[in-house]
Formats: sequence, C-alpha cells, structure tokens
Amino acid sequence: MLLIHCPYCEEDRSELEFRWAGEAHIARPENIAAISDEEFAEYFFLRNNEKGLTYERWRHIHGCGRFFNAARDTVSDRFLTTYKAGMPKQLLPETGASEKTVETYEATEGDAR
Amino acid sequence: MSASSNSGTFRIKGAGRLTPARTARFTFDGKSYTALEGDTVASALLAHGVHLLGRSFKYHRPRGILSAGPEEPNALIDVSRDAARRQPNVRATVQEVFDGAKIASQNRWPSLKFDVGAINNLFSPFFAAGFYYKTFMWPREAWVKIYEPFIRRAAGLGVAPTEEDPDHYANRYAHCDVLIAGAGVAGLTAALSAAATGQSVFLVDEQPEVGGALHYDTATTIDGQNGYDWAQAIAAKLKAMPNVTVLTRTTVFGYYNHGFLGLVERVTDHVAKPAKSAPRERLWQVRAKKVVLATGSIERHMVFANNDRPGIMLASAARTFLNHHGVAVGRQVGVYTAHDSAYEAAFDLKRAGVSIAAIVDCRPDPGEALLAQARALGISVLSGHSVTDTGGRLRISSMTVARNGGGDARRIAVDSLIVSAGWTPSVHLFSQSRGKLRFDGVNQRFLPDIYAQNCVSVGSCNGTDDLAELIDEAIAAGGGSVTLAGENRFEWTGGMIGAAEGAGPDTTVKAFVDFQHDVTAKDIRLAVREGMHSIEHIKRFTTNGMASDQGKLSNMHGLAIAAEMLDRPIPQVGLTTFRAPYTPVTYGTLVGHSRGELFDPARKTPMHALEAAEGAEFEDVGNWKRAWYYPRRGEDMLAAVNRECRTVREVAGVFNGSTLGKIEVVGPDAAQFLNLLYTNAWDSLKPGKSRYGIMTREDGFVYDDGVVGRLAEDRFHVTTTTGGAPRVLHHMEDYLQTEFPHLRVWLTSTTEQWAVIAVQGPKAREIIQPFVDGVDISNEAFPHMSVAECSVMGVPARLFRVSFTGELGYEINVPADYGPAVWRAIWERAAPIGACLYGTETMHVLRAEKGYIIVGQDTDGTVTPDDAGLGWAVSSKKSDFVGIRGLKRPDLVREGRKQLVGLLTKDPALVLEEGGQIVADPNQARPMTMLGHVTSAYWSENCGRSIALALVAGGRARIGETLHVPLKDRTIEVEVTDMVFFDKQGGRING
Repeated sequence: MLLIHCPYCEEDRSELEFRWAGEAHIARPENIAAISDEEFAEYFFLRNNEKGLTYERWRHIHGCGRFFNAARDTVSDRFLTTYKAGMPKQLLPETGASEKTVETYEATEGDAR
Repeated sequence: MSASSNSGTFRIKGAGRLTPARTARFTFDGKSYTALEGDTVASALLAHGVHLLGRSFKYHRPRGILSAGPEEPNALIDVSRDAARRQPNVRATVQEVFDGAKIASQNRWPSLKFDVGAINNLFSPFFAAGFYYKTFMWPREAWVKIYEPFIRRAAGLGVAPTEEDPDHYANRYAHCDVLIAGAGVAGLTAALSAAATGQSVFLVDEQPEVGGALHYDTATTIDGQNGYDWAQAIAAKLKAMPNVTVLTRTTVFGYYNHGFLGLVERVTDHVAKPAKSAPRERLWQVRAKKVVLATGSIERHMVFANNDRPGIMLASAARTFLNHHGVAVGRQVGVYTAHDSAYEAAFDLKRAGVSIAAIVDCRPDPGEALLAQARALGISVLSGHSVTDTGGRLRISSMTVARNGGGDARRIAVDSLIVSAGWTPSVHLFSQSRGKLRFDGVNQRFLPDIYAQNCVSVGSCNGTDDLAELIDEAIAAGGGSVTLAGENRFEWTGGMIGAAEGAGPDTTVKAFVDFQHDVTAKDIRLAVREGMHSIEHIKRFTTNGMASDQGKLSNMHGLAIAAEMLDRPIPQVGLTTFRAPYTPVTYGTLVGHSRGELFDPARKTPMHALEAAEGAEFEDVGNWKRAWYYPRRGEDMLAAVNRECRTVREVAGVFNGSTLGKIEVVGPDAAQFLNLLYTNAWDSLKPGKSRYGIMTREDGFVYDDGVVGRLAEDRFHVTTTTGGAPRVLHHMEDYLQTEFPHLRVWLTSTTEQWAVIAVQGPKAREIIQPFVDGVDISNEAFPHMSVAECSVMGVPARLFRVSFTGELGYEINVPADYGPAVWRAIWERAAPIGACLYGTETMHVLRAEKGYIIVGQDTDGTVTPDDAGLGWAVSSKKSDFVGIRGLKRPDLVREGRKQLVGLLTKDPALVLEEGGQIVADPNQARPMTMLGHVTSAYWSENCGRSIALALVAGGRARIGETLHVPLKDRTIEVEVTDMVFFDKQGGRING
C-alpha cells in the first residue's frame, strides 16, 4: 500500500484515502467545440502510460477531497513529489527517477542478477 | 539415557529448557500423549518415539518430521479444539501443544499406518511431472466427472472445516521508525542499537521466544553469557523500554510498498482455554520508516534416493529437539552431510548419550579440526562417501553408504538420519520488497544486492556468518552504539545444492527435492528433457516449490538440478520470485471483522423499518436496501406488482425515493457550472422550477440523469441516479477543481440528509394537501416541474411536483430524521383512500409504460442523448459543455446508430427477456446480423399486455416494422413502436 503526501493536508497518508485520477497536465482545450477530430483524440483518448517517471493526478477523496498532481516512478512505485492542482509540471531528471529502481515482480522472474 | 516420568521415553533428563513438572495432555489420531509445556506437536511426538505423522501429497508415502520450524514441508496435521475450531494443514513443528489439543494426521485412509492411497507409490511411473497435462486430455467431459474428482481425492492435503469459524480476529495499524524482522542474535542486537537512539522500534519474531538459532546453537556465548539466556535477558530489557514493542508468535508475512508490512500475531493458538474476549489471531498493518531484516537462514536437506522416510530430518532440527525440548530423535542416529553444521548436531547428540552410527560426509576432506573432534568423541566419519539409499517402511531402519564414484557399499542400521546440505539465506522479505539478489558463487547462495526500499539485511540472511562481524553489522543497522562481545566455538563451512550421489540418474529412484508436492530430482530432469528451459516453466511443470511451504527447502536444489541439466550457470537460470505470504495466513486473519453484516455494510433508508413492517421484500441497489414490492397475503411478486401498478394509476401510491442521489450546488456561478456539466441550458430556469437534466461525459455518451430544481438564483438541488451519486459528485468536483476553478461554486452531497417520499397518482394532491404549509399546491399555482421550500407537518421541506410514473406526483424531501414520522402520517392518510405502497419493481414498470429511461439499464455507456430519444435535452445555444465536442464525432452522428425504441410482441401475452437479441430475418444463416437488444421488458397490467424497450440499429426509422427475437427454443415476433405505451397524450401528469 502506497504512502502518499497530500499537498493540501501536508501529511503522508495511506493510499486507502486516495483515488487515482489519470494522467496529469492534460488541459481541456479552451475552444473545445472547435477542435479537430485528431485534436480531440489527442486530448481525450491518448495517454502516455510511461514506464518510469510519470505525472498523474490523485484525489484525496476520503480526506480533504482535493485533486492534486504527483510525479511517480511506475517501476519502483516511488513518489518523487506531489503538488497542488494548477501548478506547472515539476520537471524532474528522468535518470534520477530510475537510477535506484528495480524491476517489477514479473520482470524479475528468471532474472536474478 | 533415562527418560523422564511420562512425557516420552526419548526425553533426556537434564537436556533442554522445558520444565518436567509442567505437562499438557493431547491426542494424536485418538491416542493420548503427555507433553511438556513449550513442546511443539513435533517435539512432543518425537519424545514418544512417534516419527510417522502423515502421508505425502501424490504418492501417499509415509512421512515424518523434517524440520523444527516454519519451513516444515512434511509434518502437516489437523488441529482441533472442538467441532468448529479445527484447522487443517498446520505444521507440527510450529503448533505448540496445549492441554486438550486433538491432533490428527492427514491424507490417509483408512489409517495412517495402512493407507490405500499408497498404491500410487507403485504406479508412480504414471505420476511423473506433468502427467496431469498429458494423461487426462480426453474425453473432455471425463475431466469434470471422473479425472478431477478422483485426482482431488487421491492427491490432497487436509480437509477444510465445514462449520462456521466461531473465533474472532483482530486488526491493528501501527507506525514505527524501525521494524526488525527476526529476533535472533542479529535482530536482538539491531533492536538494542535502534532502541538506544530513542526511535520507536518493533521487534518481531515468529517463534514463542526470541533467540532464533540460539534455540539449538549452544556453542555461542555473548558477553560471557550462554546465548539463549542472553537473548531472553535482552528481550526482557527491550520489553521494558517505552519505545520498543516486542511481538513473538508473530510472523512478518508480507513486505509491500513504502515500508508497509503485514504481520500476523497468533494470540491464542497455544492456549488451552483462551479467554472469550481474546482474538485468535491479530493482523498488524505496520508502516515502518526503516526495516531491518534479520531473518536468518534455513538448512537444506540432502537429495538422495528414498530421502523421505520418517526419521530423516535436518541436523539443526535434531539439535533443536535435543537442546531446546530435551528430546532425542533416535537411539542410533546416522548423519549425512555436505556441511560442517551437522557435525555439531552429531557431537551434541553423542554427548547426550545418543549413539552415532557414522557421519557420512560427501566432501572428500571435511577438515582436520572436525575429524579430530569426532575422533575424540568416538564417532566414525566416512568422508568422500554418500548415502545412496535408505531402508525401512514406516520409519528408516538403515542407510546404504557407498564411496563416491561407487564401490565399498554397505548397509548401516539406524533409527534416524540427520542431514545437512548447508544453509539457504532467508531472502524472502527482501525479495518481496523488490530488492534484487546476486549469486554468491563461492557459497552457492543468493544474497541481497540492490535495495528498493529503506531496508537493510543483517546476519546470516545477508550472508554474514562470522559472529563478531554479524554483531557489528546489526549495531550499525540499528543506528545506535552498543558494545557486545560474541564468541562462537565453531566456524562453519561447506554446503552443496542439487542432487547428491545417491539421487541417481536412473528413472526409478525417488530422491525428493520438494517433499510437500512429491517432486523428485528425476521430475526436474524430465522437465528439462521435455523442453522446459525457463525456471518458471520448470517450476510450473513439476510444481516444485509451489506447495504451501513455497519451496523453502527445495528451491535451491531444484534450481541447481535444472542448471546442471541445462549446462548453464545458476545465475543465468535464475530464481523464481518470492511472494507474500512468507508462511500461510488464515482467511480469518485477513478478513478480521469484515464478515457477516460487516462484510459489506448495507445502507438503509430512514423508513427501512416501516417498509419492513408493511411486509416489503427488499432488493439490493448498490449497497442500498430498497423496497422491491409489498406482497399481500397470497400474492406472488407478479400479482403484487400488478396490483401496485393498477392502484397507482387508479388511486395513488406512496414510494420511498430516499436513495436518489442528491447534490447541493451553490454559489454565484452555480447556473454557469451546471451549464458546463449538463447538456441542458440552466440560465433560463427560474427559481421555483425544475428540469430534467442529462449529463454526458467528454466523449458524448450519457453518464447520468436526474431532475434539477432551482431554489434560488444561486442554489440548485441536483438529483442523480441511485447508483451514480458518488461518481457524479466526483466528476463534478474534478471539473470544478481542475478545469473551471474560476467558478464560485460549492458542492455538497446531501443524499443521506434528505428522506424522499414520493406520492404519485390521481389522488396524490388530496393525500398530501393537509400536511403542506407555506405553498399553494393547486394545479395552477404549482404545476408540473415546480419546486418550493415549504413545511410539511411543520418540518422544513423541499417539495417537488415531479413524476417518474406519468401521473400527477410529488416528491417530499424532509430532513432524514423526520422521514419516518412524515411517511407514517402520509401512509395513514393514503391507505383509507385506497392508495398503496409501491416498490422499485412497480416504479420500473410504470416508468417503462411512459418510456422514461433508466441510465445504466436502457443505456450502456455507448448511448448518446439522441440515441435515447433525448436529443431535445441537448442545448444548441451553448458554446461549451462537457460532451459538446464528443457529440460531434463522426461515429456519433452517423446514420443507423442504435436508437432506443419500443417493442410490442405480436402475442401480447409474451414478455420478452431483457438482453434478448433482435434480428430482421430469423431464417438467415448463423451467425445472424444482430440489430440490437431488449433493454427493458415487463408485463404491463395497465396496458393489458407486455411492453419492452430496446436499442435497435436505425430504430426510429423502423417504427412499424416487424423484427424478431430468436431464443433457444422459439422466435418471438415483435413490432417496433415509439417508447410511450400509456397515456400517449401525457395529460395525466398535469392532473
């Protein structure tokens, strides 16, 4: 179970209190009614699903109720930072994120060093 | 050798740490035995010379006790206190004896000593690895009827209890700075060091007492004190510290993300008469900032022919039984080893008066120091020899010894054989924490390498064998400064993995690698020959390491045999992944209090008890219990629903709508916010009026619907579907917080704050009139879709003129606490007028008669408002709303989309089945072209016939067409119609 820092409550709380809410920093187009099919597909359907450093939204649904952003390493499940909704993307060095990581259970099978 | 009074003839006076005067009685397969307090079932039975404890999984071979700890694969027993308190597959080496315990052996019939299933042993050539996959392929039906039931009966472990578990299980959460798993020398030292810094410390050990290897290792002294006594003194000191929690009989079974650990504490399994208030087991969920793994290592058995007879056990186990329990495992003990540690066991036994037949060491040169000691004790050592076979039926009676490479074979009589192939570091928890292992080629073991979490391994689980080094490592891990001086008279070397000489390359020898699943060395060789080259495939093909012991003894042997066959170095073959739980955990522990009514708590409306008193049958809608229908004497469901449907339209009905989702949307920009979240336009809605709203997702599909009342310029009472309330609020919050944060709007869930009483039917106004104050509810002053804040029976209320039946109707919202009183008063007035109570089934029928949709039943997440016939609810004037762009996607505006229409069966008595597929030509070749499906179908008492709604491709253009619903035994002819079946002009609603 993950331990997540809520940037509004300023506390580390158990994953049980949170709900994942998809990839972060995807702004709804201001002129959404006028965008092309391709632009709509890009906005609504396509997601990066990164291995390694990923930016995602969480909601402290059983706490303060706020949505916020998080940078997480999907390989190690380590949270690198969390920050409030509306703040610009917190740029982090990609290598810094994966340097200390290890493979997932499935990837390690048959692959002990 | 002199036996103590009656606790067993193999009990050695003066040996062990148990108190002879403190006894406990128990039965094994009905026979009564006396044990000493502190005995495990294994040590107590061994004290009486009982080695035969069970039959093996596949071949039903007689099996005994292999270890003295939680790694035990063999000695699985059934433990019971009474009929309901019975647990199968308990390890005899872990279960402590308590007075009155009833122990039974498993997997034998008719008796342990004569087991019919043992015939499998003779047919074993047919039971080789993978035989299930190959043998029982055909015919298909035989799997279910013959093969599987037979295999399940023949190959099995214990029998699950049939009665409900009467015990209760507790659950605790905890946080700490440092959690230390294992309380041997390393763990205790790390705990001392960490505790000295003032950090909060959890020290956890699975055994009843701390000490770990000190239970058997009598050669270690620390600070001049005997190791085991030192351990107990340190534990007492730690327990007295306010910042330390010491948990014994507690297993760290899982190491998860971010320092999260699962622990199971066995609270009463060792107690003769547990207090009623005491939980049987307790689940601890601990979040530790740092974890110190001091989990030690596990001795391996030797792999050779017939290495599984009762009486063959690990050398360290024999030493534990002797030095801790005071029990000799035999009178004439053979030793077979590839490691020094077995010598110590032999020396201890010999000093206690047990005869050692010989030490057979497969190493050519065990070292002069050992040999000298053996000579001094008068023990003969056969180095460069192997045990190639054993004899005996229900217990070992001899070992066959031969020089390595063959020759000089002789049979030596023994009544026990203790073995050691060396030690496997317990890296299970490290591996669970996603740490990566490296292979230590010199000592042939996997050790922790790269850590994924704030964690450190100390002691033998880290490959640290030297005591002084181990103590330094543990002190450093704890972070404090402590001074300790440890001394060990022994230095261990040696060890082997894989099959020994006696495992034989031939195909008939049974040299067991995995005792619990009856996997032999030849099974693993066979798997490689059959083309399994990945250790994962070999594991699954042979089931090596897949039993409940998870291969604690067998994995390394299996890996080495596979590596040899594959002619690849071990690190390249790899290791299978260790997974939680470390040892089996009962369901009771994991479930805790979440059983019975607490398993999935039911939500009940304020009027629930009143509905039940009126005889309501309830249905589950999400977690809600909703009144389904109210049968009267002699009525079945259909009769009750027909009566309710008729009564509502002829007189009136009272319905509990409290489960409806309700959200209060408040603020200067509330209307603008609803404009963005719903397809409808809300600016034009005047306070005091309400409107049916449709919510779409960004992709344009219907997400939810409900009536929204405007109470003031800046205040809306939004209703949602019963099941949709939480996700609709989540969806609204998401947009409000992240896309439209500039809007001054506040959202509050009020679902449970309002009790909702719907009164529907021609006499609805007459029924509620006397109760309502503060608003004129005449048809002229308060027409359909009006809303007002008023009082009902003096209670502040929100009154909606609204209808989901097509009749004149009201929905009275009162604060939840007043719901029952208002409900009772309304029903007392309604009943004499001839009205009825009605439930959700009648509500469904009545709304279908009017063609009102239910989101989630008539829509499925791929239906647009227009598909559902609700295109009128999508504003064309707005420049933006959630879904505006999605609705313009090419696929959503194309011709021929599935549209919601009515269906009337040609035979009015036939009721369609929901989900039934619709085709144009029932005689076309299969697979048929399906046009859509039936979404709602009912008998309509008011129409005097069946009615249905359906999603049909190009549906509205097909009105008047005849289509078909093919079923298994017949095809039903239907006519496509519009969606309104009753009161097509819609006059009744304005009555």
